[in-house]
Amino acid sequence: MLKGKAFKFGDNISTDHIVPGRLLHLRSNLAELAKHVFEDIDPKFTERVASGDFVVAGKNFGLGSSREHAPLVIKMSGVSAVLVKSVARIFFRNAINVGLPVLICDTDMIDNGDKLEVNLEAGKISDLTNKAQLSFSKMPEIMLRILDEGGLIPYIKKYKDFTVNPGSD
Amino acid sequence: MEKTLAEKILSDKSDTEVYAGDIIIVPLDLVFVQDSTGPLTLRQFNESNLNTIHNPERSILFIDHSVPSPARELSNDHMFLRGFAKEKGVVLSDIGEGICHQIVAESFASPGNVIVGADSHTVTGGALGAFATGMGSTDVAIALALGKTWLRVPETIKVVVNGRLAKGVYAKDLILHLIGQIGADGATYKALEFSGETVGMMAMSERLTIANMVVEAGAKVGLFPADSVTQSYLESQGRGKQYIALQPDADATYESTIEINAAQLEPTVSKPHTVDNIALVKELKGTHVAQVFIGTCTNGRLDDLRIAADILKGRRRHPRTRLIVAPASKKVLLAALAEGYIKTLVESGASIVPPGCAACLGVHQGVLGDGEACVSTANRNFKGRMGNPAAFIYLASPATAAATAICGEISAPREFL
Repeated sequence: MLKGKAFKFGDNISTDHIVPGRLLHLRSNLAELAKHVFEDIDPKFTERVASGDFVVAGKNFGLGSSREHAPLVIKMSGVSAVLVKSVARIFFRNAINVGLPVLICDTDMIDNGDKLEVNLEAGKISDLTNKAQLSFSKMPEIMLRILDEGGLIPYIKKYKDFTVNPGSD
Repeated sequence: MEKTLAEKILSDKSDTEVYAGDIIIVPLDLVFVQDSTGPLTLRQFNESNLNTIHNPERSILFIDHSVPSPARELSNDHMFLRGFAKEKGVVLSDIGEGICHQIVAESFASPGNVIVGADSHTVTGGALGAFATGMGSTDVAIALALGKTWLRVPETIKVVVNGRLAKGVYAKDLILHLIGQIGADGATYKALEFSGETVGMMAMSERLTIANMVVEAGAKVGLFPADSVTQSYLESQGRGKQYIALQPDADATYESTIEINAAQLEPTVSKPHTVDNIALVKELKGTHVAQVFIGTCTNGRLDDLRIAADILKGRRRHPRTRLIVAPASKKVLLAALAEGYIKTLVESGASIVPPGCAACLGVHQGVLGDGEACVSTANRNFKGRMGNPAAFIYLASPATAAATAICGEISAPREFL
């Protein structure tokens, strides 16, 4: 069970909003880069975020550049999952590959600062502040398996290769 | 069952009949990274303990985003890429060579290929009929090692373009119009497939501009048929033998069809701060512009520099408007020099910067000041994209950019043609 409070953003939050290109020189120093996550749209984010908290946003989260540093620094900030109405495809793969769950649900039901509980196995989100109950869409089997292993590198270390239908081959 | 271009290419490569919605494992014809995503890719590769690169000759490390390096941290990243290339025998494309997507088009991509790159604009290769898509560092690290990746076969939206573009209207205006119509997530996870009489007549440079920007509508890939235009382009690059004809089947299943009458389009711009926030140039009359930037993987090709040079010939940039021009590759720069375009541009007041991504991503070579507006031929205008969240970016064609440089405010090119 994941527990934390919601940091709410709007629609179309790009990877440039998460880690701007002007900080390119910090990309090989992730600890330093992580201090700047979301700074152009929420300068106090890194001060206020606590381990287990959630990033909650509208549609098309993570659009733009393929920079995997974006989900990496969100994860490094302590965020346990990203809850969005929809997600850009490269960000989605990247997040799963670094072990950061992205859950597709109706985030209109969640307000900034709400206390949330997420049960990944059951596919349920509880908003403890307004008592709303949400469910999230199931992701493809291969992504679930990558997420289960904690990301693509541990997955490959274990399986050495991709398996589409793990039961049948 | 009849197939879309995406289904055709992926069926052929995966050696099975695949259709939209299938999850497949597919071998790759080309895998690449660039200097902003490459260092993380190589660290993830090392972490995976897989040790060997599947096909070094078809694995490329491009140094194009911050060239020449403006900071010691980036210099060290570049050293890491060069060292890895030497150790593993993969291809290195160092500073001065140009932007990855332009070089992939000139020298590597061919119809029917499956290509992944650690850069979202890898989709540019779709102009040549290649299933080319962007991924993140870890996916590409594993692609380098295994020579394959997993993919979901996308549903396809068919875009049919008929009619002749009016004078002063270009492929860039068309793709901005399309993105404005369907929105920044209008094609998320999907393929866009282009057809129609206008597409058949389009030069490769125009197809590359359109394919390049499909990711701004969320698309996984933007595919053009491989036809006589593709064949001529490949021949012009000394790669005529790599041509195969490629067309979708007549009765393929499309998720939807969008029809565009090119004759009705007008010079178009994306306003700050999203690409789908489009307006007509004439609606923005009087918008002062501090900087014009012509270049990038979207519009830094020879045809783009020719269009800009033709407009700027015998004219000067407006005194309040800086003009920066970045050829997309060494090949483009050499040809633009030979044709006299560079001389014309310099005489008109342009700063020419080396082949590479230049001002597009906000690291150097044209970072905007507080409150400044820029007209850029690039593909993104997100807040902060050009290095300053207090600046404003308008996306436009090279012709609109050149006219704007002359007038000092957002202007249509027609009166200069």
